[in-house]
Amino acid sequence: MIPGPARVILLLTSAALLLAGCGLDSPMTTVEPKSDLGRAIHELFMNISGWALLIFVVVEALLIGVVFAFRDRPGREEPRATHGHLGLEIAWTLVPVIIVIAIAVPTIATIFKTNARPPREALAIEVTGHQWWWEVRYPELGIVTANEIHLPVGRAVSLSLKTADVLHSFWVPQLGGKRDLIGGKLNNLTFTADVPGEYPGQCAEFCGVSHANMRLLVVAQSTADFEAWAGRLKAPPAPPSGEAAKGHQAFLAGGCVACHTIQGVAAGVLGPDLTHIGGRKTLAAGILKNTPDDLARWLKDPPATKPGALMPKLGLTDDQVAALVAYLRSLK
Amino acid sequence: MTRGVWGWITTVDHKRIGILYGVTAFVFLLVGGFEAALIRLQLARPDGAVVSAGTYNELFTMHGTTMVFLAVMPLNAAFFNYIVPLMLGARDVAFPRLNALSYWIFLFGSLFLNASFFVNAAPNAGWFGYANLTAKQFSPGANIDFWVISLQLLGVSSLIAGFNFIVTILNMRAPGMTFMRMPVFVWMTLVTQFLIVLAFPVITVGLILLLFDRFFGTNFYNPGAGGNPLLWQHLFWLFGHPEVYILILPAMGIVSEVLPTFARKPLFGYPVVVYSGMLIGLFGFGVWSHHMFTVGLGAVVDSAFAVGTMLIGIPTGVKIFNWIATLWGGRIRLTTALWFALGFIAMFLMGGLSGIMHASPPVDMQQQDSYFVVAHLHYVLVGGSLFGIFAGLYYWWPKMTGRMLSERAGRWNFWLMFVGFNVTFFPMHFLGLLGMPRRIYTYAGGLGWDLWNLVSTVGVFILALGILVFIGNAVASLRSAAPAPADPWDGRTLEWAVSSPPPEYNFRNIPTVHHRDELWALKAGRAPVEAAPPPPREIHLPPPSFYPIVVAAGVVLAATGALTHLALVVAGALVVVFGAYRWAFEYRSSLGGGLRPPSDASPRGLRGQSPRSSGPR
Repeated sequence: MIPGPARVILLLTSAALLLAGCGLDSPMTTVEPKSDLGRAIHELFMNISGWALLIFVVVEALLIGVVFAFRDRPGREEPRATHGHLGLEIAWTLVPVIIVIAIAVPTIATIFKTNARPPREALAIEVTGHQWWWEVRYPELGIVTANEIHLPVGRAVSLSLKTADVLHSFWVPQLGGKRDLIGGKLNNLTFTADVPGEYPGQCAEFCGVSHANMRLLVVAQSTADFEAWAGRLKAPPAPPSGEAAKGHQAFLAGGCVACHTIQGVAAGVLGPDLTHIGGRKTLAAGILKNTPDDLARWLKDPPATKPGALMPKLGLTDDQVAALVAYLRSLK
Repeated sequence: MTRGVWGWITTVDHKRIGILYGVTAFVFLLVGGFEAALIRLQLARPDGAVVSAGTYNELFTMHGTTMVFLAVMPLNAAFFNYIVPLMLGARDVAFPRLNALSYWIFLFGSLFLNASFFVNAAPNAGWFGYANLTAKQFSPGANIDFWVISLQLLGVSSLIAGFNFIVTILNMRAPGMTFMRMPVFVWMTLVTQFLIVLAFPVITVGLILLLFDRFFGTNFYNPGAGGNPLLWQHLFWLFGHPEVYILILPAMGIVSEVLPTFARKPLFGYPVVVYSGMLIGLFGFGVWSHHMFTVGLGAVVDSAFAVGTMLIGIPTGVKIFNWIATLWGGRIRLTTALWFALGFIAMFLMGGLSGIMHASPPVDMQQQDSYFVVAHLHYVLVGGSLFGIFAGLYYWWPKMTGRMLSERAGRWNFWLMFVGFNVTFFPMHFLGLLGMPRRIYTYAGGLGWDLWNLVSTVGVFILALGILVFIGNAVASLRSAAPAPADPWDGRTLEWAVSSPPPEYNFRNIPTVHHRDELWALKAGRAPVEAAPPPPREIHLPPPSFYPIVVAAGVVLAATGALTHLALVVAGALVVVFGAYRWAFEYRSSLGGGLRPPSDASPRGLRGQSPRSSGPR
C-alpha cells in the first residue's frame, strides 16, 4: 500500500523530470513563445496555472490531511452527525467565485487583444489546407509555395486561413495558438514573430488517414534575409542542364504536369507548387528532409511515406528517379 | 424467477438487468482498454510501426466511442438499474420491460458497432466525427455508416432508459421518501437522466443530417454546396458537453454515498451537494462552444463561453469542499471503496483544474487538440468517472453478488490503478505543452516527446495490471468468498436493509421513510420502529417477457439493412411491429399472478430475509 505522501513524491518527481525535460530540444514547445501572440497566451497560461497550482496544493493537502487525521484508530469515538454549515457553504462558494473573476478578467482582455484586426502594414499570407499539405501564397509579392512559410521578424503577418477539402488547423506552437481552417469560412491568425528561427508546426485538426503527416515549417528571418528569399522565389528557376535537363523531360513526359505547377513548365493545381522546391528545407509537408535520398524515396513510392497521399506510386525507373531528383533539386 | 439462460433473456428484473449492463460494459471496458494499449504501443517510440495509419485512426475512434458509450455510460447504468430501485424502496423500475428493451438495444448496438472490425470498416473519423471529413467524398467506405447507425441505436437505448428512470424516481419512491430525503446517488441519477433525454435528441438530429448527407446526397454539412460543417460541431457539442456530465455525475453520486458510510457521518451540506449537481447539469448545456475556441467564433462569443465554462468550476468546487467536510471529524475506515472515492476526489480535482486552463480561449488556442486535452479528459473520465465506478463496484459488490471482495486484493487493485493511471496520463500534460497534437499515428524523434511517450506507455501496463487484479478478485469472490451479510459496511440507505443479494421483490413490505439516511436512523433508534405489518399475501411482479429482445432484434435487423439491403430494413420493421404488438397485449393473460413471500416475520418492517435466500420461485 502506498501512503498519501507517496503521491506527493510522485508529483515532485514528475515536476523534476519536467524541468529536466525543458532542457531538451523541443522545437514545438508552447512554453517558450517567440511571438507577441505566443507571449500573450503564455502570460495568461502562467497566471491561470498559478491559481491552479495553489488550489491543487491547498485542496490535496486538505484531503490527505483530513484522511490522515480522522482515520479510524482504536479508541476513536463515534463521530458527531454534522449535517452542514451555512457560513462554510457561503465561504467556499465565494472563494471559487473570486478565483473565477481573477481568471476571467485577464482572459477576456487577452481574447480581445488576440482577436484584434490585423494592422494595415501586416504582411498578408494566404494558407490553404489540403489533405495533407499546405498551400502558401503571398498575394502582395506574387509568391506561391508550399509547406514552408517565410516571414520577417518584427513585422506583423496576417494569415488568411481556408481549406480546399476537410477541416484542418494551423498550429506553429512557438509562434502562438492554433486556428482552424474551415470550409466556407475565412479565418485569420495575426502575430508578429520576434526571434529569428525555424519553427515546426503541424495540422492540429484530425483530417484523415495522414493527419499525422501534415506538417509545416515556418522560417522567421531578418528583413534582409526575408527580402532575399522573396527575391529568389519571385524569379523563375534557372533553366535545367545536364542530368537536370533529362529530369525536366521526364517531368514533362510523366504524369507530373497534371498535378504540379512549375512556373513556365507546368500548371497543374492538385499538388503543391514545385517552382522552387529545390530551395525548401523539407519535403512532403515536413515529413522528409530535402535530401537527394529522401526525394528519391518519395518519388519511388509516395503512399509508403504518406499513407493515402493523392500522388500515386508512378512506377518510375531508377534512372527516371535520378533524373527527376537532379531536376527538382535544381529548382532553387 | 426463471432459471438459466432463458431466464436472463426474458428477465425484466431490474437487478438482473443491472448485472447484464455491468458485465457487458465491463467486457467493453476491456475492449476499449485493449485498443488504448495498442495506441500506446504505437506511440511508445517515434515512427512507431505497430499498426498502420488507417488502423490507428480506427483504434482511437473506437477507443473513444467504446469508452464513452459502451463502457462508462452502461457501467453507470448498471448501478442505476441495480441500486436506484432499492434506494427508493421500490420493487422495480416503472417500466420493467422497457428496461429490458433498453439493455438489448444497447447490447445489439454495441455488437453492431464492433462488427465493423470484422468487415474491415471500423469507424475512423474520431469519436467526435467532425464534418466534412465524414462526407461520402472523403470517407467513402462503410466505416462512418457503422458509426452513425450504432450511435443512433445506442441513443435510442439511452433515451428509453432515461425516461424510465425519470418516471421511476419521480413515482416509485417509498412512502415518506420526499425529494430531499432521496440518497444523493438517486439525485445524481435523476439529473443524469434529464441530461440524457435533453442531450441525446440533439445528437440524433445531427446524426440524421449526416445520414441524409451520406445515404441520400443532401448537403447539410457540405460547404461546397451551401452547407456548413460547423453546424455539426454545434450539434455534436451541444450533446457532447452534457454527455461529459452524463459520465461524471453518477460517479459524484457514488462518492456521495461512499464517503458518509465510511466516515460514519451524514453527507455534509446535502442540499448544497444536490443543488450543485443540478447546476452542473444546467450549466452543462450552455458551454458547448468551449470545444470550439479555435474555430474563430469571435471575441464576444469566446468570452461568453469562457465565463460560462469557468462558472461550472464553482458548483464543482463546492462539491469537493462538502466531500472533504464530510470526512472531517469522521471515523474513516480506509476500505477499497473509500480509497477509490478519495482517488476520485484527488484526480477529478486535477482534471477540473486543467479544465479551467483551457476554459480560457487564448490558453486553449495552444492546448486544444493537443495531448494536454487528452490528459485533461482522462483525469476527468478515468480518474473521475472510472474511479467513481470502481468505488461503487467495491461498495455494492456484496449487495449485488452476495459475496465479499477481498480488501487486500482491493488495495492492490486501487494502488496499481492509481499509480498506473498517473504514470500514463500525467506525462501527457507535458506532451501537450511540448506541442504534441492528438490523433497522430506517428511522430518524428527530436521533438522532446520521446521520453514522455515511453513513460506513458509503461503506465498503461501498470493500469492494466490493476484491472487484472480486480478480475482476479471478482472471480475469487464469486467462487469462494464468504457470503455477504445484508449490511456489511454499516450502511445508511435502504439497499442495505434487504438481504445480499436482495430477493426478487426487494422489500417484503414497502418501507415507510422518515429520514434522509433511513437505515442509519433506524439502527440508531431515531426512526419509529413500527410493528411489522403482516407480510402481503402475494407480491405482484411483472412476469418475464420475451418481447423486449424481439423488438431489439427487429431494430438491429433494420439497422443492418441500412448497410446492406432495403429488404432487411422492411423485415426489421415488421419484427418491431410484431414484437410491440405482442408486448402490448402480453399481460392480459398473466394478471393475477404473484409471488408469495416467505412467512417468517422480521421485527422491523424494513428487514428483508436472511442472507443468501433467493426468494420464492
